[in-house]
Amino acid sequence: MTWTDRLRNGLEQTRNRLTDSITQALGQGGKLDREELERIEEILISADVSAPIATELVDELSSHRKTRGIGREEVLAILKEGIKSRLSGYERSLSLRNDSQPTVILVAGVNGSGKTTTIAKLAAHLREDDPTMSITFAAADTFRAAAIDQLDIWADRVDADLIKHRIGADPSAVVFDALEHARRRGGVLFIDTAGRLHTKHNLMEELQKINRTIVKRLGHKPDERLLILDATTGQNGICQAISFHTAIDLTGVVLTKLDGTSKGGVILTIQKQLALPIMYIGVGETKDDLHEFVSDQFVDALFST
Amino acid sequence: MFDSLSSKLNTILSHLRGKGKLSEADVNAALREIRLALLEADVNYKVVKELMASVHERAIASEVLESLTPGQQVVKVVRDELTELMGEERVGLMLANKPAVIMLVGLQGCGKTTTAAKLALTLKKEGKKSVLVAADVYRPAAVEQLRKLGEELGLPVFEQGSSPVQIVSGVRDWAEENLCDVVIIDTAGRLQIDQSMMNELVQLKEVTSPDEILLVADAMTGQEAVNIARSFHEKLSLSGVVLTKLDGDARGGAALSIRAATGCPIKFVGVGEKLPELEAFHPKRMAERILGMGDMLSLIEQAESAIDQKKAEEIADRIRKDRFTLQDFHDQLQEMRKMGPISQILDKLPGGGRLKGSANVDEQELDRALAILRSMTLEERLNPSIIGGSRKKRIARGSGVRVRDVNWILSRFKEAKRAIKFMGTGRGKSKFPPEFLQMR
Ligand SMILES: Nc1nc2c(ncn2[C@@H]2O[C@H](COP(=O)(O)OP(=O)(O)OP(=O)(O)O)[C@@H](O)[C@H]2O)c(=O)[nH]1
Ligand SMILES: Nc1nc2c(ncn2[C@@H]2O[C@H](COP(=O)(O)OP(=O)(O)O)[C@@H](O)[C@H]2O)c(=O)[nH]1
Ligand SMILES: [Mg+2]
Ligand SMILES: [Mg+2]
Repeated sequence: MTWTDRLRNGLEQTRNRLTDSITQALGQGGKLDREELERIEEILISADVSAPIATELVDELSSHRKTRGIGREEVLAILKEGIKSRLSGYERSLSLRNDSQPTVILVAGVNGSGKTTTIAKLAAHLREDDPTMSITFAAADTFRAAAIDQLDIWADRVDADLIKHRIGADPSAVVFDALEHARRRGGVLFIDTAGRLHTKHNLMEELQKINRTIVKRLGHKPDERLLILDATTGQNGICQAISFHTAIDLTGVVLTKLDGTSKGGVILTIQKQLALPIMYIGVGETKDDLHEFVSDQFVDALFST
Repeated sequence: MFDSLSSKLNTILSHLRGKGKLSEADVNAALREIRLALLEADVNYKVVKELMASVHERAIASEVLESLTPGQQVVKVVRDELTELMGEERVGLMLANKPAVIMLVGLQGCGKTTTAAKLALTLKKEGKKSVLVAADVYRPAAVEQLRKLGEELGLPVFEQGSSPVQIVSGVRDWAEENLCDVVIIDTAGRLQIDQSMMNELVQLKEVTSPDEILLVADAMTGQEAVNIARSFHEKLSLSGVVLTKLDGDARGGAALSIRAATGCPIKFVGVGEKLPELEAFHPKRMAERILGMGDMLSLIEQAESAIDQKKAEEIADRIRKDRFTLQDFHDQLQEMRKMGPISQILDKLPGGGRLKGSANVDEQELDRALAILRSMTLEERLNPSIIGGSRKKRIARGSGVRVRDVNWILSRFKEAKRAIKFMGTGRGKSKFPPEFLQMR
């Protein structure tokens, strides 16, 4: 199975339900009445699209209705277009440096969102393109039990070097050592940080300290500062994105666990407020379950029958 | 981040103060805001819809109390409905068997392993010895994670066997031999649509007949919480839920969705990454959190029942006319005391926990102040300027304090007078209790 298939499989339940329920919501007639519009709004909300954006999308629909009656296919098309236009223009993949310095990728997010697994996936992705590339993992989650062991296993599987200290060590110290290693070896350095709720001031400061350590050593910020966001997350995802963006000036978002039934509609608000690229999506627990985010595909997969 | 629901409601309903019953139009306007607030809190839209219907009826029937702004009144109805949906009572663990078995299930990364260790610690404090069972053989270092947690707790971790089913089949005997009271099974995270993994859980259940099967769910979960919980429940018939990561700012509407979907009680909440950070679940507190207002409402309720509204109005009136006396001060402190321990009051305010450390309103002080005031004559209380040196000595003796304390209360009175007067004029209408009872 290719990752595209896996994505489709993952989204199957999603797209069936969205499409089915929208089709059902439209009843027999070609035109939309108020109840039908309300129903469509609910369906969007059930995909974790925020209520204000769901209302916007439905308003766009009903303004089309004013000019002429529209059929089901058109309704779907307009909705899709509405979502696509809110998501497109921001796609991009990891940018690797082409000078002598290593590319540094700082990975952050709340607890359990999929940071460690995503690092393994991204590394595997790079490894596919360039089997000889030097890849280093910095085990900067020194807090969670066996977090270092977990990264160690992944490092083995994707043939990356692991730089680690003991549990409880200062994450910035780990990063410092990892930078030394990566400067010698070149290639790409991934920094696996501990999960932290964005409301915890001291933990967010710890993250900024890691950032500063890198700036001090390399003279620039980490090349990528990624937020790993669990697609199961509801509206709190907005708070997460804003707080992490404020702390480390994010360069992109990876949306994980899209193989589940959640649709990650919260990214519409994140795009609207922060204009951050959604770079990749996670669609499973193996190292190959990563897919570049393509807004057209994302929306099509969501709606196609 | 989110605009305060109650301030929005108060704006919508500001013309209503003390108008009798809420009209249908007013209620509808308020409900629109509440609907948005609940959706923002990730309560499933179907749950929101049903809730709104029943709130609608109750709100129309309810009186607008003079003591509350009408917005608060509507919120109170919603809160009551939410609490009812959430279950009024707290439900603990039901561990009948010896050894008793607890199985933890849920999606990837929701907090199962951490919760397993937290439960073991909670039980340990009750004098019960647990064994942790490492039935996640899939995620890298999952067993090692549990091993480390077991080490931290000084509790055994059982991991003999190659498949989850094999591992759990040996554990009951082992637990009996090793005098463990409880067996806590940590399972791998899985999607509710992954049939083979769900079937594995069914097998684990058949082999161990758990006393408790707890769904561990992340408080940040969005609209899908309903489907997730329903699937796990249909497959396993859950006995309860643990809601994790409530230490963040997620409003936790998932709690309501899960409850609505399964009818299972939420038994615990996780409030941090460390092992002691597990708490009993309070339905009412959760309802208020979902609405985004701290424990504001129970405070309002308390104030409502404890404070004689007439008296408060009288005091307000005197303040306006600048005739606030020590007698009023006494009455006011007395009312405040009736509301219960100050620390408890502060706990209920958003950010109140932080206030507590620095608060200058501690209970002993309040009691001491009341004693001093009671030792004064009515004349002294109504006209504090007559209190000279010898009167101070007498008052101090009468209340068992030193003159210094009497001076202290007199200066506190002056401060209070200044502060309250400022409020009184600033707003046109002064109410008791003061400032801190206003919604955010
Ligand atoms: N802030 C906070 N973090 C928590 C809480 N409970 C668990 N965590 C964190 O959430 C992350 C995932 O927790 P785990 O216990 O490993 O979750 P799990 O469900 O066993 O995860 P998998 O086994 O990978 O499916 C870890 O970083 C924990 O430290 C909580 O109540 N609050
Ligand atoms: N189904 C699914 N599970 C995932 C995905 N990404 C990560 N996970 C799982 O989510 C859990 C937490 O992931 P982990 O990488 O440890 O998260 P971290 O705490 O942020 O480092 C693990 O059980 C992972 O296997 C994904 O895209 N889909
Ligand atoms: Mg990790
Ligand atoms: Mg686990």
